[in-house]
Amino acid sequence: MATRLFGAPIRRREDPQLLTGQALFVDDVELPGMLHAAFLRSDFAHARLGEIHTEAARALPGVVAIYTAEDLGEYWQPGPLLVPPPPIDGALFHARTQVPLAKDKVRHVGEPLAIVIAESRYVAEDAVEQMWAEMEPLGVAVDLEAALSAEAPKVHDDLPSNLAAHVVQQKGDYEAVVGRAAAVIRRRFHYDHGTAAAMENRGVVAHWDAKAGQMEIWDTTQAPIPIRNGLAAMLGLSESQVRVVAPFIGGGFGPKIMMFYPEEVLLPWISMRLNRPIKWIEDRRENFYATTHERGQIHDAEIAVDAEGKILGVQDFFLHDVGAYSTYGLTVPINSQCTLLGPYNVPDYRSEFKAVFTHKTMVTPYRGAGRQHGVFVMERLLDLAARRLGIDRVEIRRRNFIPKDAFPHDHGIIYQDFRSLVYDSGDYEPALDKAVAGIGYGDFVRRGSEPEADGKLRGLGLACYVEGTGIGPYEGARITVEPGGTVRVATGIGTQGQGHYTSFAQIVADQLGVGVEAVRVVTGDTREFYWGAGTFASRGAVVAGNACHAAAVQVRRKVLKAASEALEAAEEDLELVDGQVRVKGVPGSSIALGELAARANPLRGAVQPGTEPGLEATDYFGPDRGSTASGVHAMIVAVDPATLGVEIERYLVVHDCGKVINPLILAGQIEGGVAQGIGNAFYEQLIYDAEGQLLNASFMDYLLPTATDVPPIESDHVETPSPLNPLGVKGAGEAGAIPVGAVFAQAVEDALRRAGHGVELLEIPLSPDRLFHLLHGSGEGEP
Amino acid sequence: MTTTLPITLTVNGQPYQRSVEPRLLLSDFLRHELGLTGTHVGCEHGVCGACTVLVDGAAVRSCLLFAVQANGREVRTVEGLGSVEALHPLQAAFREAHALQCGFCTPGFLMSLLPFLEENPDPDDQQIRAALSGNLCRCTGYQKIVEAVRLAAATLRGAGGA
Repeated sequence: MATRLFGAPIRRREDPQLLTGQALFVDDVELPGMLHAAFLRSDFAHARLGEIHTEAARALPGVVAIYTAEDLGEYWQPGPLLVPPPPIDGALFHARTQVPLAKDKVRHVGEPLAIVIAESRYVAEDAVEQMWAEMEPLGVAVDLEAALSAEAPKVHDDLPSNLAAHVVQQKGDYEAVVGRAAAVIRRRFHYDHGTAAAMENRGVVAHWDAKAGQMEIWDTTQAPIPIRNGLAAMLGLSESQVRVVAPFIGGGFGPKIMMFYPEEVLLPWISMRLNRPIKWIEDRRENFYATTHERGQIHDAEIAVDAEGKILGVQDFFLHDVGAYSTYGLTVPINSQCTLLGPYNVPDYRSEFKAVFTHKTMVTPYRGAGRQHGVFVMERLLDLAARRLGIDRVEIRRRNFIPKDAFPHDHGIIYQDFRSLVYDSGDYEPALDKAVAGIGYGDFVRRGSEPEADGKLRGLGLACYVEGTGIGPYEGARITVEPGGTVRVATGIGTQGQGHYTSFAQIVADQLGVGVEAVRVVTGDTREFYWGAGTFASRGAVVAGNACHAAAVQVRRKVLKAASEALEAAEEDLELVDGQVRVKGVPGSSIALGELAARANPLRGAVQPGTEPGLEATDYFGPDRGSTASGVHAMIVAVDPATLGVEIERYLVVHDCGKVINPLILAGQIEGGVAQGIGNAFYEQLIYDAEGQLLNASFMDYLLPTATDVPPIESDHVETPSPLNPLGVKGAGEAGAIPVGAVFAQAVEDALRRAGHGVELLEIPLSPDRLFHLLHGSGEGEP
Repeated sequence: MTTTLPITLTVNGQPYQRSVEPRLLLSDFLRHELGLTGTHVGCEHGVCGACTVLVDGAAVRSCLLFAVQANGREVRTVEGLGSVEALHPLQAAFREAHALQCGFCTPGFLMSLLPFLEENPDPDDQQIRAALSGNLCRCTGYQKIVEAVRLAAATLRGAGGA
């Protein structure tokens, strides 16, 4: 084969369109006669809903229709449960799912009450201002612990309490090992979380064409195929009558895979009633209230270690805030529970969590999806154990690594994909060695607590993690060689900036001996590919990438067979190079792929018996289980002792995601993930008051990291291929974001300890303000 | 019923005459009246910078201006840079350095950087980061955008400016 494209830093094929403003995003869709939607939303976190007054709004010129829950009739239904709970013995789970428009009661600020359809968005918003709802405010459950008490106002009246789920997973016998431990360390950890804040807000355009009997929907979703299937069922249409397009999407990060958002349920139905296309584009304020969050957890965790620092066991009890509805099942807390184990051998583990309904926006996965919470707890416990035992913090990690000859490693508990938590492959020590050397750990520790010339306090943090990636069920791809020589690839997943147009092209181009410029990838259009699940859980490259590979292998086989006949040469004597099939060593004896494609679609006569027309194949890939990526992050911070402002002076990532398809795209994923992790660790926090009001629902009050906050990120790689897929790849989408909180807390704590502060940092985020309170005491004991 | 005001302006060198509501945002005017959808709207309160365009050569947030305020002005949007076939050196540098992922914030970055590079043909990293700090990107972590700016500055210096 010629130069292999797999593994090369190919510049992205999609960039010229994006760079020139020629890429289609949902809000760019303009259709003749299009109407616009706006929502009246709840100002209260919990209230009984009375009459909604719409008369004045209806009288405004340009207002076409207004719908409340009552107007939806039979169409008003709670949404489906997106992810049922995994099969864990004794697990309790209450499914309560969101509704299209609130009826009788509202359960969080921003819950939609009514939808206005008007000739323009401006008029639609005018109408919303003219509407008001009779509401009787009720008590709220906001605080995670208080929400579980018997006196707490209930989010769902038909349940005995706000308990949404109760799950215990264990292996071994933790109680029995405690007696043998040289040290048992128990702490309470708080991990709060923010919002994904993709730069593009959500949006939907729905267009019912009554004459064609076709529904077309443009949706900022990460999962167009399940959206198609669900909406077809809700609308009473055949799946073939519904086309969902997820065009260019301006960032996903998890919340855009939630389904079904009220807006995407309502617009198609209303379009059928009004026979007009309708657009709704979320504004940033709505994004804070109405797009899902990933909320906080409180862990009471303990670790039992022997005198050498070997882990005997870990016990964890945690509370998880699910918000008002549990549509996404237990994915986030199960991720926390499983990812806590990290790259370590933990012989005895008992983990119990209670998921709790609160009067807040629903919680679904956001990049990391609960994994960072588990990593934070484990890494902080190891730091504390190392300090107690007088063992170096790098050394205690090294001593507990699962050795490289112990894979596959079965942890004996159930993961979010319903399969047993088994690590497919890994080799953790080389990554740790690279991180230790790269960040200059030895020198830094030797420098001790010498005062710094600039008066800053410097600290180093280093943490390890694993990430379960690339879970099933499956994805597919169809590959077609066109007579012009273009190779068309269609897959069902959507893309939100991950470079699928390029990385999938690399995979396919290698099999067919063409350049990436000859490969045209289509994603996210249900008319182009019928089957699939979506883009989540760092699975695009693993699952869809391997589906592309499988289909390309089949097409290659067809090409060779056809060329063998055309060139009258044995298949093993043929090679695919530069869009041609050539007889090796016989110059001039070749045929173009396009020519073969044309011959495979004869206009007269017939295709050979037993063959199909065209050089085309469809194939699927469903991994047996997820593949486990891993890594080590390290940082050096400088803390201003007066302001407690923290500056990251260096940030190093050593990462293992198996075989790398495109190192440029991988670096981008890692760097972007770290930036989100930094935001999360420093200051991104959704702040609710006691009434359940979100106090910082704008970019002026909710701070995202800017170019002056995110340091240059150095990175290095280790490669342990996954045995679970032919390409040997593991997912990389979330890795950057997962360990940042743990590294940050350790580094800042290290800096403060060098200056004699005995503080333990057991919570995230750690804004300068919060650090000040922790250091100087303010009476605000709880974050 | 709604009052409209006539405006005349130039966008990417092309003159336009329109009658618009006084409350129509410049961002909405460009996107939905003129069909120039390369200018993106991320927050509509002037923080994210995705909607940045040039008005008389200065980078401004088009979500914080009314269309009527652009009356008599020259507006330049991302569509006025290079084309898919012939990228502007700044756009080419973004591609070369992998300085975009989802690409939603990118037009705003490009338009903020144009006047910056004219005024600072040889910026250091600190200047570049300060110049970028008015635009939010949630995908890249900024590092590769900094690299792209360095690269573009070098190209533009070689070519004698933007």
